[in-house]
Amino acid sequence: MAAIDTRPAAKVKWGLLDLIVVVFALVPVLWIMSLSFKTTATLTDGNFIPRDWTFDNYKLIFQTDQFVRALINSIGIALISTVIAVVLGTMAAYAISRLDFPGKTLLVGVSLLIAMFPQVSLVTPLFNIERNTGLFDTWAGLILPYITFALPLAIYTLSAFFKQIPWDLEKAAKMDGATQGEAFRKVIAPLAAPGVFTTAILVFIFCWNDFLFAISLTSTERSRTVPVALSFFTGASQFEDPTGAISAAAVVITIPIILFVLFFQRRIVAGLTSGAVKG
Amino acid sequence: MADIVLDKVTKKYPDGTTAVHSVDLEIADGEFIILVGPSGCGKSTTLNMIAGLEDITSGELRIGGDRVNDKAPKDRDIAMVFQSYALYPNMSVRENMAFPLKLAKLPKAEIERKVDEAAKVLELTDYLDRKPANLSGGQRQRVAMGRAIVRNPKAFLMDEPLSNLDAKLRVQMRTQVSRLQKQLGTTTVYVTHDQTEAMTLGDRVVVMRAGYVQQVGDPQTLYDNPVNLFVAGFIGSPSMNFLPATVEAGKLRTPVGDLPIGSRLQRMLAAGDVPRQLVLGVRPEHFEDAALIDDAQRAKGFEFTAPVDLVESMGSDKYVFFTIEGGAAAAADLEDLAADAGGVDLPHDAANLVTRMSAESRVKERTTAKVWMNLDKIQLFDPQNGRNVTLREGQAAGVSAG
Repeated sequence: MAAIDTRPAAKVKWGLLDLIVVVFALVPVLWIMSLSFKTTATLTDGNFIPRDWTFDNYKLIFQTDQFVRALINSIGIALISTVIAVVLGTMAAYAISRLDFPGKTLLVGVSLLIAMFPQVSLVTPLFNIERNTGLFDTWAGLILPYITFALPLAIYTLSAFFKQIPWDLEKAAKMDGATQGEAFRKVIAPLAAPGVFTTAILVFIFCWNDFLFAISLTSTERSRTVPVALSFFTGASQFEDPTGAISAAAVVITIPIILFVLFFQRRIVAGLTSGAVKG
Repeated sequence: MADIVLDKVTKKYPDGTTAVHSVDLEIADGEFIILVGPSGCGKSTTLNMIAGLEDITSGELRIGGDRVNDKAPKDRDIAMVFQSYALYPNMSVRENMAFPLKLAKLPKAEIERKVDEAAKVLELTDYLDRKPANLSGGQRQRVAMGRAIVRNPKAFLMDEPLSNLDAKLRVQMRTQVSRLQKQLGTTTVYVTHDQTEAMTLGDRVVVMRAGYVQQVGDPQTLYDNPVNLFVAGFIGSPSMNFLPATVEAGKLRTPVGDLPIGSRLQRMLAAGDVPRQLVLGVRPEHFEDAALIDDAQRAKGFEFTAPVDLVESMGSDKYVFFTIEGGAAAAADLEDLAADAGGVDLPHDAANLVTRMSAESRVKERTTAKVWMNLDKIQLFDPQNGRNVTLREGQAAGVSAG
């Protein structure tokens, strides 16, 4: 690997490039935050920093039962889907990376197939299936397809992590008197934790952001998630522009994602396996 | 503590390859036995079968008299040291060493006492609270050993435990391993590809090749009386010299000259036990500068002159290298050995002869030297199957023996 160029000119060049990337990524976020603090009158004045600060938009969305209910749905559905997908994914990925069982290639192939399948083509059949089975417009009706599509992602990410863990560690644990289960729980799982958390974040974001399934497979507040609820926003009255409220809601639903990432980021410690084997 | 018996143990993989062919081995209680051979010879597979990490296809494995073929590793009560050390990176040194004891559900105080004791033996007391990532290679190796010894297992299995250390540390640890084993008196099976380690450590050495046991014996026996060409070439450093030899007109014709044939070999030749085309093997120390040989010894040997390539002075002796024209011995076994050694390709049909001479020798590079060769120490091999034809009741008899 080439040494990193540390001359001032190079530092300035890379600094500028980094700045452009950061600005490019953050401007829309900041813009929507700015909109959420503006009053209806100043909404379209084109100022980046609001001249007239107001918290009315936030007050408004939390007053409507519609948004609060959707937030609860979103959190519940995303968390349950994430937990189930990660638990199943961990077990499947462990099996794929460690064992040689009949149909392994088939399993990996099928899960890849699912990940590649255009979701939009599944919406109609799923809609019909769920209406006939009574799953339509329920939490389970969203959790099931989310798990289906999150599992391939989880399996792929996690099996990559498991493959990094030296197999010798497991053999050593077995020689030290551990059963297969103990070896997994006490030695492999703690080392795979960063991978599990990374996967959890990815799966959570996937479920949290989904709009397609959420709008097709729900019809009432019973199971409508935030991205869908946003699209149904009308403002306080029918004639009021809901831009401010939508912006406020958008800011609010970004917060759980940021918290989730910040909370787990500390656990994603790179190089946790260093020192296990001579490397 | 227990003896380990391998009774016709065979390992066959599902794809049809056989890694270990019907190995019979009796390892006595407290014995230090070495499995040695080039990579892919089945030594690690054999060790893993003893450990229980690989299934035994056929045959029986007994530890302390009990058949353990179908027992899980944890029920065999044996400890293993891995080549990669396989320390648990999320645990401190203390936790690593306590892990097997914790799994055995020993009381806390006893775990503490045993870990401290093992740490003292291995000089790890100051590092008990460190993580493996913050240890040097040698320290990690000692932690791996510590994890094995805390349990007082029936046997230790070691899979090339020193091969990741640098040369100096390896020699140091070799002595420590040997001392530790003597002190604990635990049956130990040690796998290595390094013949020096095999010679210096083991009570007995098992030489393996392509899944077959070639010879089992104490290091000196293997060195002096190898049963075949492979063992002869594998054991010893620098390795044995091999030259082609043909029986012609009652003499043994070799690239260095015609050697006399003793009456024993004559009889075997007459009986058709020995082919006329042979491979001659002589160890480097069985040569000497002819100028330093007294008359009594001169009679037991054979003298020839050859151009000197290179002289390496070790202080205590001199290694003198010769190139012998028309001297490349051909046998399948030799090709295997060359492949294992990483094969320094010589010009075709010339052999490199390595000799060890006394430090007093005045042999110079790029001159011609007169060399004495001890006829009693010459071994002859059948190039077809590698068999040592000079062995008589397990003892090498030399070429001129009556």
